Amino acid sequence: MNKEPILKIEDLCVDFKTRTGSVRVLHHINLSVKAGESIGIVGESGCGKSMTALATMQLIPTPPGLISEGSVLLKGDDLLKLNEIQMRDVRGNEISMIFQEPMTSLNPVFKIGMQISENIIRHQGKTKKEAQELSVAMMRAVKIPGAARLIKRYPHELSGGMRQRVMIAMALSCQPSVLIADEPTTALDVTVQAQIFDLLRDVQQDMGTAIILITHDMGVIAENTQRVVVMYAGHKFEEGPVDEIIHHPKHPYTRGLIRCTPHLKKNMEHEREELSEIPGIVPDLSRLDGLCPFRPRCSEKRRQCDEQMPQEIQTGDGHFVCCWAAGEDQ
Amino acid sequence: MADDVKMNEIAAPSRRFLEAWYMFASNKAALLGLGLGILIAGVTIFGPMIYPTDPFEMVGAPMSPPGEELLLGTDFLGRDILAGIVYGARTTVLVGFAATFFTLVIGILIGVLAGFYGGWVENLLMRVTEFFQVLPALLLAMVLVALFSPSLYTIIFAIGVVSWTPVARLTRAEFLKIKEREFVMAERAIGATNWSIMWKVMLPNAAPPLIVAATLGVGVAILFEAALSFLGLGDPNAFSWGYMIGASRDFIWDTWWAVTFPGLAIFVTVLSISLIGDGLNDALNPKLRLVK
Repeated sequence: MNKEPILKIEDLCVDFKTRTGSVRVLHHINLSVKAGESIGIVGESGCGKSMTALATMQLIPTPPGLISEGSVLLKGDDLLKLNEIQMRDVRGNEISMIFQEPMTSLNPVFKIGMQISENIIRHQGKTKKEAQELSVAMMRAVKIPGAARLIKRYPHELSGGMRQRVMIAMALSCQPSVLIADEPTTALDVTVQAQIFDLLRDVQQDMGTAIILITHDMGVIAENTQRVVVMYAGHKFEEGPVDEIIHHPKHPYTRGLIRCTPHLKKNMEHEREELSEIPGIVPDLSRLDGLCPFRPRCSEKRRQCDEQMPQEIQTGDGHFVCCWAAGEDQ
Repeated sequence: MADDVKMNEIAAPSRRFLEAWYMFASNKAALLGLGLGILIAGVTIFGPMIYPTDPFEMVGAPMSPPGEELLLGTDFLGRDILAGIVYGARTTVLVGFAATFFTLVIGILIGVLAGFYGGWVENLLMRVTEFFQVLPALLLAMVLVALFSPSLYTIIFAIGVVSWTPVARLTRAEFLKIKEREFVMAERAIGATNWSIMWKVMLPNAAPPLIVAATLGVGVAILFEAALSFLGLGDPNAFSWGYMIGASRDFIWDTWWAVTFPGLAIFVTVLSISLIGDGLNDALNPKLRLVK
């Protein structure tokens, strides 16, 4: 897997203009994903996970949003330099995205077959009939039963899991090189969740798609990704291989997140332990002071934390962390 | 999962339509409106074939009361009132629908652009809309018709110009609501153009309230046409109900029938359209239905 990354986000900063001034919601984010690889982005609500995804697709509403620094390199080309028309060719074609709510991400007034073929016609210039056949093939690929019949259905006639499959079929219909999945299973129940992830893994193997999985669930990350990026208040705190992060987290925030994940098995074996939480709440992004935003909630705070923002340091093979405490452990 | 897994079979693609139709059909008033509407459509299409008397022709003694010589009597010039109503229906229906179409075209265009783009586009377009809203509609319509000499086209144009504002505001309001829904972002994420998001994705979702507004708009347009014709600003070559009332208004004490029957025709037509519109509203806007 030592290939060049297919998507590389470098030094990405996003600002939002508000009435009281400009608020930075993403602080110098770096991340990359290779073909066939899955990376996860975890963090609490409002930490910038989805914002990173939207910035990559350039779907941030501008104004008030603005990508102020950095670059998004897809196969070496900077997407941020493309104009809106060129960008449209990238969206859905090179990079696709699936959303959290399968209930609301499909247009309720059109049949699903038409919604899938529309995308194929738009990007690949196929005829209506070819697109229709391809849609059915795509729906079979995402294991939708009775695909040929279901293309004539409206979204409200399908269950949540089926709708998410349709979304995936649509997102993959042009065989994108990168698929961004923004909490794809949050709205689904656990058994369906497992099916969806199996499906994503299968299509990834078939097509070599790179997947960026955005979630707040460490369990999902552990099972479905190879690398994970931990974000907090628009900062990247830690990045590394999944096993490494889960077993040897370096950042106090990552440790907190992992402690917050319930262990069903442990509890079943009567080794009940309190489910811990991270005290405090996510800070107001407009009041960050250029220092570590986790500082007020951190249990391992030290003197440097009040003086300077820590630099990202490497603590292991592909393991990066941005914390004074982690630096001392070395 | 195999292909033969039984999906729930309740839903044929036409279910939404059927559901709306059941809703509509369970409303007695709406059905009455639909019945009257069909009657009026019948008169409009087949009337002049079944009753071919020329409404401009003097066919009887002037001011003969209903039932004496002719079924609905004659006016002060001896013109057949029934023929007037039969021919007038064509003008009325034509103006009603054409003006509504024109209204929709302007209103939807402005509402879609304002609601979709927001910002200064929205500010500009909404100020223009408000400018048109504060002008007295009938007066503006009269000025426009008088300016361009009365004909069916200028009447349709004038009615369109004075009545597109509610459609624009409604469309904009719907668009502001739909813009927040996730499928719009999802469409963007698969590379849809603004143009196709506006017209192919968002407009169909805004259709139900617009259909209702359009239906009710036909009634308003008919009243406008009647008012303009009554004031003598109608198309002199087209026989319309408003013109009949206007022409006979000096003789209202002598020939009450010459005013009453065209008036009834307008009343019944507008009533039928209003009832259909209300029925559609209940059938297509389920949220309003729950409030009742």
